[in-house]
Amino acid sequence: MAAEVLVDFIQAVIRPGDRVCIEGDNQKQADALAAALAAIDPARVRDLHMVQSGIILPEHLDVFEKGIARRLDYSFSGPQSGRIARLLAAGKIELGAIHTYLELLARYVIDLTPQVALIAAVSSDRQGNLYTGPNTESTPTIVEATSFKGGLVVAQVARVVERVPRVDIPGDQVHFLVETGKPFHIEPLFTRDPAAITETQILVAMLVIKGLYMPYGVRRLNHGIGFNTAAIELLLPTYGEQLGLKGRICTHWALNPHPTLIPAIEAGWVEQIHCFGSEVGMEDYVAARPDVFFTGPDGSLRSNRTLCQTAGLYACDMFIGSTLQIDLQGHSSTVTPSRIAGFGGAPNMGSDPHGRRHASDAWLEAGAQADPATPAPMRRGRKLVVQIGETFGERNQPLFVERLEAVELAERLGLKLAPIMVYADDVTHVVTEEGIANLLLCRGADEREQALRGIAGYTGLGRQRDPKMVERLRQRGIILRPEDLGIDPLDADRSLLAARSMKDLVLASGGLYRPPGRFRNW
Amino acid sequence: MERMAYRLTAPHPAGGTRRQAIVGVVASGNLEVLVERALPPDVCSVEVATSARGFGPVWEAVVADFVARRAAGGLRIAINDSGARPDTVTLRLAQAVRLICAEEP
Repeated sequence: MAAEVLVDFIQAVIRPGDRVCIEGDNQKQADALAAALAAIDPARVRDLHMVQSGIILPEHLDVFEKGIARRLDYSFSGPQSGRIARLLAAGKIELGAIHTYLELLARYVIDLTPQVALIAAVSSDRQGNLYTGPNTESTPTIVEATSFKGGLVVAQVARVVERVPRVDIPGDQVHFLVETGKPFHIEPLFTRDPAAITETQILVAMLVIKGLYMPYGVRRLNHGIGFNTAAIELLLPTYGEQLGLKGRICTHWALNPHPTLIPAIEAGWVEQIHCFGSEVGMEDYVAARPDVFFTGPDGSLRSNRTLCQTAGLYACDMFIGSTLQIDLQGHSSTVTPSRIAGFGGAPNMGSDPHGRRHASDAWLEAGAQADPATPAPMRRGRKLVVQIGETFGERNQPLFVERLEAVELAERLGLKLAPIMVYADDVTHVVTEEGIANLLLCRGADEREQALRGIAGYTGLGRQRDPKMVERLRQRGIILRPEDLGIDPLDADRSLLAARSMKDLVLASGGLYRPPGRFRNW
Repeated sequence: MERMAYRLTAPHPAGGTRRQAIVGVVASGNLEVLVERALPPDVCSVEVATSARGFGPVWEAVVADFVARRAAGGLRIAINDSGARPDTVTLRLAQAVRLICAEEP
């Protein structure tokens, strides 16, 4: 189909009330199709039910403002977190639920099957076979659910070619194509400039490596996207090496191609990485490391969000990530009344899968700490779910709060569920610069509360701790401080980072990593 | 500029023999800490000059925890603060004590 008739086409094939997916999550976006949908006449097509991973582009919300769409089921809304909060408060969006990625993709084959999917690929051949490049992401799952249940799949591609480099989506699952002449929009969400990592973050990273990765022997894991986990990645070839941990921790990953992991990969730390998506600028580096990454016959990365989320759930022993707020039970949330960023994959990664049946040392040890009374053969292991942060976060907001703002938001919007990112009963450890709180070892709500207060630093809740009880928890190893682990505060220095700038990352990659323009600061 | 001064009983005397040490920088969100071995081994004094007003109770708590946890006895400490967060202050104080506990070169 010609690009000029796209709006008329969309208007002709979508019916009022249809369930529609515009492809897009935290990375690639079917931006041309999103713009076309937002340009149709609400007098002809209205009340759509949007079922999509990401609310990322302005057009994703324009359809609600114009009345083209009414109901929304989604996962992640980081870049539109302020506007979506305003539209929800104004009653412009009827919210179904905020899901994890895997959860929404699962509902695509049960009760939220799209009737129309608007997807994005790099190129197509004349039979409609699609090449997605490194950002395959959720496309196979969206197309599977839509196409095999009688729905319509419309793909935007930059170019139609004679022969695609590899077939990511078979042509008989795709019904219409539009050639846009330009690549789809993509966000470099997983790029963290090492220059912005603070000494406190380095201290926290040392705590995690020596106090968690080392004793549990964590080999299979997923990292969040914050600076705290970027600091851990950059400390593996330096601090991790000093501790003799190479080959004993962090060997297998469910992870996007984080640029900050390049030094560890180059130092031989990493055996294998499966990716949810890709990362802008990492294409050539990944293609040069097929020994580590999953790559196709064309040489480029093959990512798959559904599979990687499943891997994070069932095949990883640890999730570690940042959060905005933690309450005194250990519930964690990134929602504030004026910003609703959604979840993405965090609640899935940050949860203990009760369907797991294979053992690993880390999983068994965590299970034994949580439940020493049950005989070993009958005891479940536990996934390590670690929340990490500084006691005072962005704009000096305290990490620890009496009551999550998510609860207040749920009351105000009449939601049946407060948007909790990680539930307290899934969190096993919380780490700040003051220390590690091991919640697995806590017996009862009082101990949990004091363990959290005991690492809450000089926040209001931290200063109201019961010092005697905190000291007892420390003697039982429930609280571990940097000095308990023999961590030298002088090591909390930027010289310990394996790369201290974007340019260092480029050099570590042998010039193969090409950061996007906004990160080229040298 | 706000000034505060604390003088506390210190349970752990500072190790080493070095006479003085300095860590940190006076830059936004950071601080400079000068430590001198100048007092009896069971006493620690801390003088704070800070550009951020109204944080007296937090300083008092940070200083008290520092003297209780670290080997700070015998040290006179002067802090020039440019609005550092408490975690940065705690880290700098720990680094200063760690530096002065070396042997005099």
